[in-house]
Amino acid sequence: MTTPQTKPNAIDAVGLTKIYGSGNTEVVAMRDATMHVRQGEVVALLGPSGSGKSTFLTAVGLINPPTNGQITIGGKLIQDGEAAQVNLRSFRRQHIGFIFQKSNLIPFLSAVANIQIAMELNGASKRKARHRALELMDYLGVADRADSLPSMLSGGQQQRVAVARAIANQPSVILADEPTAALDGHRGRQVMELFAKVAHEQGAGVIVVTHDHRALDVFDTIYEMEDGLMRKQEKPQ
Amino acid sequence: MNLATKDIRHNLGRFALTAVGIGMLLMVVMGMGGIYRGVVEDATLLIDSVGADLWIVQRDTRGPFAEISRVPSNLVYRAAAVPGVQSSREFVYHTIQRQRDGKPLRIAVLGLSWPTDRGEWVPLTAGRPLGQAHYEMIVDKTLGMSLGKKITLGKETYTVVGTTSNMISSGGDGLAFFTIADAQAIQFDTPGEAVRLERAARESRGEDFEIGIQQPMILENAFRPTAQLPAVARPQVSAVMVSLLPGADVEQVAETISGWGDVSVFTATGQRELLLKGSVEKVRRQIGLFRVLLTVIAAIIMALILYTLTLDKIHSIALLKLIGAPNTVILGLILQQALILGFVGFVIAYLVGQQLFPKFPRRVILADADLLQLAGIVLAISVLSSLLGIWKAMKVSPNEALS
Repeated sequence: MTTPQTKPNAIDAVGLTKIYGSGNTEVVAMRDATMHVRQGEVVALLGPSGSGKSTFLTAVGLINPPTNGQITIGGKLIQDGEAAQVNLRSFRRQHIGFIFQKSNLIPFLSAVANIQIAMELNGASKRKARHRALELMDYLGVADRADSLPSMLSGGQQQRVAVARAIANQPSVILADEPTAALDGHRGRQVMELFAKVAHEQGAGVIVVTHDHRALDVFDTIYEMEDGLMRKQEKPQ
Repeated sequence: MNLATKDIRHNLGRFALTAVGIGMLLMVVMGMGGIYRGVVEDATLLIDSVGADLWIVQRDTRGPFAEISRVPSNLVYRAAAVPGVQSSREFVYHTIQRQRDGKPLRIAVLGLSWPTDRGEWVPLTAGRPLGQAHYEMIVDKTLGMSLGKKITLGKETYTVVGTTSNMISSGGDGLAFFTIADAQAIQFDTPGEAVRLERAARESRGEDFEIGIQQPMILENAFRPTAQLPAVARPQVSAVMVSLLPGADVEQVAETISGWGDVSVFTATGQRELLLKGSVEKVRRQIGLFRVLLTVIAAIIMALILYTLTLDKIHSIALLKLIGAPNTVILGLILQQALILGFVGFVIAYLVGQQLFPKFPRRVILADADLLQLAGIVLAISVLSSLLGIWKAMKVSPNEALS
């Protein structure tokens, strides 16, 4: 008799603490935060400004290491306290997609090139990368602006290009920091639904920091942070 | 994807202006080198063009180019008699300044040993070599005289029968070729009043001596033209040029002539070195120091420009790091922009220089070797000046993309 193999979680963030400064100037931005995200799960992270949401997201995104705690992605220990266990930049490139409140596109690259670059950095050929980038743009309804520079796109169009860039490499983790802030309610919901679709189709773990309570039904799990402390919330019916 | 060219295309106007600025700076560096080459070329042009094997000059002088030299004109016959000598020619060289059309006209006068030397070796752009013993001249185009033009120098009028180009003296003045007799007439031209005064002075000196009273013919001779007086030497020449027979030993002939007590002898190479290690040396050092200074300034300015360009891209660099771009991609972005800036600047410097340098009062010669050397320097400057920007880029944290 064989035991069924369980898939590892997309993200296991355990006991994350982040302390800035020391002595009298010490600030604890995040205290013992723990979150488990399954593959294909979409998690919302709520909380007021300054509660530590972005600190948690940058720690899980391997940008800003925690002072203490462990981060495991896809069953592999990546960060143990401040010590990185892998080449973080290379790992980010292959496994993590980011979306921010502001679209954060590279201003001198066209919309399609902004998506292409993420794939080319990951080893995709120019032709293949462009083809997939155009496919994603078409899927997100911005194919007609492929060759426009970010400065020529509306906030919503920029955000959709940023989403396309984040999912282009089919990452196992997608981290989004208030991705719908620049979008109207309808577009915002569309993006949230897109995350859910990608998560379910690709098996990616998605964490979305949001203030938009209108689309909470899209999420599988909801966490809330306050004063650096994290707690799991019951999903509203 | 080439990020450097995409960024340049996005900021094309600013990049173009920056490249023009760098180009102008490099053009000055290029021009300095060209001016030095021009000075050397002008200084050695005559020595190289005349093609003499030996130069006989006044004893213990470094003439006739580095300093004044005076030798008797009959030295040419003595030199011709030395075994191994094929021919010898007189050489007269001096600079005059006259007024023409209200502007100063400086002419480097060079005497040709007519009829053996009619100036056939002068590279003519129009006209012909000298065709008669007097009143004809060949001029460099910088003197601004065309064929058939007449100019009065001293008491005589000379006609331009040939024109040449790039025949410049070491002082930067255009050369004019005359027969030796005409060159001397121009050099020793004396106003009528001065001649009358000199004759009166001769008579006066004759009366002071007993011999003048005893022999009245001496006093009568004092009124005759100077050239007819056996006691007065003929005008001297600057040097005598010697051409040797094929296979003749230069050292042997030079040793024979240097044994004469009244002259010194130099080979053509020796003359060249006298010029280059003398008057031209200081110019060379001066220009060299300017070049070094300008190169350093160009490097500093390029470094600051590239640093500023990098600062403008800090957010994009942070974003690239955030999405996992390796350092080589970011380093390549800055380094490629530095190299493109250096290359475009160099091309602008060359193209603008080609248009501007011919308008300079002295020759600016862009030698291939100098251009290659400058290209190497620009390459080094580009790499070095990008280091500051690269250092800044390497320090950027991906966190800055979120700020």
